[in-house]
Amino acid sequence: MRALRSLLAAALLLGLCTARQEAGAQELVADLSDHLIAIDSEFTGADLLVFGAIEGDGDVVVIVRGPRTPVVVREKARIFGIWLNAASVTFNDVPAFYALATSRPPEEILDGDMRRLNEIGLDQLRLEAEPDTDIEDVAAYREALIHLRQRSGLFISEPGKVSFLGRRLFRTVVHFPAAVPVGRYTVDVVLVRDGQVVQSFSPPLTVDKAGLGADIFDFAHDDAALYGLLAVIGAALAGFLGSLLFRRP
Amino acid sequence: MFQIYLPIAEMSVDIFLLLGMGGAIGFLSGLFGVGGGFLITPLLIFIGVPPPVAVGSSVNQVVAASVSGAIAHWRRGNIDFKMGTVLLVGGVAGSLAGILLFNILEALGQIDLVIQLSYVVMLGGVGALMLVESGRAIIMRRRGGGRRKKKHVHTWIHGLPLKMRFRTSRLYISALLPLGIGFAVGILAALMGVGGGFFLVPAMIYLLGMPVSIVIGTSLYQITVVAGATTFLHAVSGQTVDVVLAGLLTIGAVVGAQLGTRFGAGIKGEELRGLLAMMVLIVCAALFWELVATPQETFNLSSLMVAP
Repeated sequence: MRALRSLLAAALLLGLCTARQEAGAQELVADLSDHLIAIDSEFTGADLLVFGAIEGDGDVVVIVRGPRTPVVVREKARIFGIWLNAASVTFNDVPAFYALATSRPPEEILDGDMRRLNEIGLDQLRLEAEPDTDIEDVAAYREALIHLRQRSGLFISEPGKVSFLGRRLFRTVVHFPAAVPVGRYTVDVVLVRDGQVVQSFSPPLTVDKAGLGADIFDFAHDDAALYGLLAVIGAALAGFLGSLLFRRP
Repeated sequence: MFQIYLPIAEMSVDIFLLLGMGGAIGFLSGLFGVGGGFLITPLLIFIGVPPPVAVGSSVNQVVAASVSGAIAHWRRGNIDFKMGTVLLVGGVAGSLAGILLFNILEALGQIDLVIQLSYVVMLGGVGALMLVESGRAIIMRRRGGGRRKKKHVHTWIHGLPLKMRFRTSRLYISALLPLGIGFAVGILAALMGVGGGFFLVPAMIYLLGMPVSIVIGTSLYQITVVAGATTFLHAVSGQTVDVVLAGLLTIGAVVGAQLGTRFGAGIKGEELRGLLAMMVLIVCAALFWELVATPQETFNLSSLMVAP
């Protein structure tokens, strides 16, 4: 049902695309199955369909990036027989989420400079270590950061995941794990031809908590004192009710 | 099967796993007459809850677990409110100090280590003491009889200043002593998310010399208030109290405790304590192993909070 709907939407877009093509240079249109990923109390992850149509030949690159925050990477070392966090490197502006899907391996589509410019590929991510770092082997920390984020499903690289239906309609599915951070995301759908970016399209995407969970989270952060007080009173009441409920005859 | 998203822990967990864990801990607390808070935090860490959230939510659950006991003892007049209040003044101060320490350690990236290490030391100590004590009691019972202890021993403790009279406990001792004991329990509550009964009860009996009949009630009174204060402080300082998590554990624990109490009625006390001691030592060994075994992953990440 959902697939049919998106196919219809893509066909509509294609119509739009051809209509515009006559007027000017619209060679790419794209959209998302949703512009809001809502984390409610039953949230276990979500699939986002990115679809669209292109005019003429070319490859499609889809990059989804989450809000950027600083991340501390710590390395454990054995001290007195116990493994504890020793050295650390702070990377500024690490995307909380990064997913890349392409129609062909990125190396075959774009040269190194272009990939670096557009952050296409996990090895091309702009991850800058804080300048006062006295660690020599920053590359190892960078690799660990990427590896750990990949393992938790927050960094994804899937060359070949963009598939074409016929020559003009394309689609790909980006999976967001349950632990996906909230915030404003950027989605870039890029049309590449002959090693050059021909056109790009950036539909909006927001990941936000919804429902009761969102209310609880907001309450805990916006009104921490009242939340704490109610948490204590609630627990005391629960314990009291429990003892009433099961009071021995 | 029935996943639920925990809003503060920011992860999705099987609802029956949490109810089951709460139930198992409630069952144990009903069976052994202990709070069980000391098992919740490690269990939550095992299933992947971030340690600070595990501590904040566990101490919230301790409030629910201890309040009904405190009320029952209050009805029977088994609480020395003056002693309890002195203890909890020390406890709230200790909790404040513990929260400060917690935040410093978190910024240094060592909070997980300190929580685990504290658990290894505490579980190891308590487990070993209980095992020895119950073993001795079993041997004594088989042999029959036993030595008689001297009722009141004077030590340096009785020379401390700021003496206070505690009528219900029939004691005239320095207020510094209960204040200090309370302070230590407050730190434990803030760092580990436990009520601290395992430490408080022996300290009240052996260090303060309180009559055993009012020790449990008074300690529950102190634990309820200190756990409440600690929950509040964690909620304010780090927003690490997950009420959904604490609530599910509480529901499981309330039901489990009833079953445990009924089940425990038919088993002898010493054997029961020996069993609990062994379980505590197993949890301790598992945590210790995690600290010394070569980790699969030597790197770990923590995202720094940025104001939206």
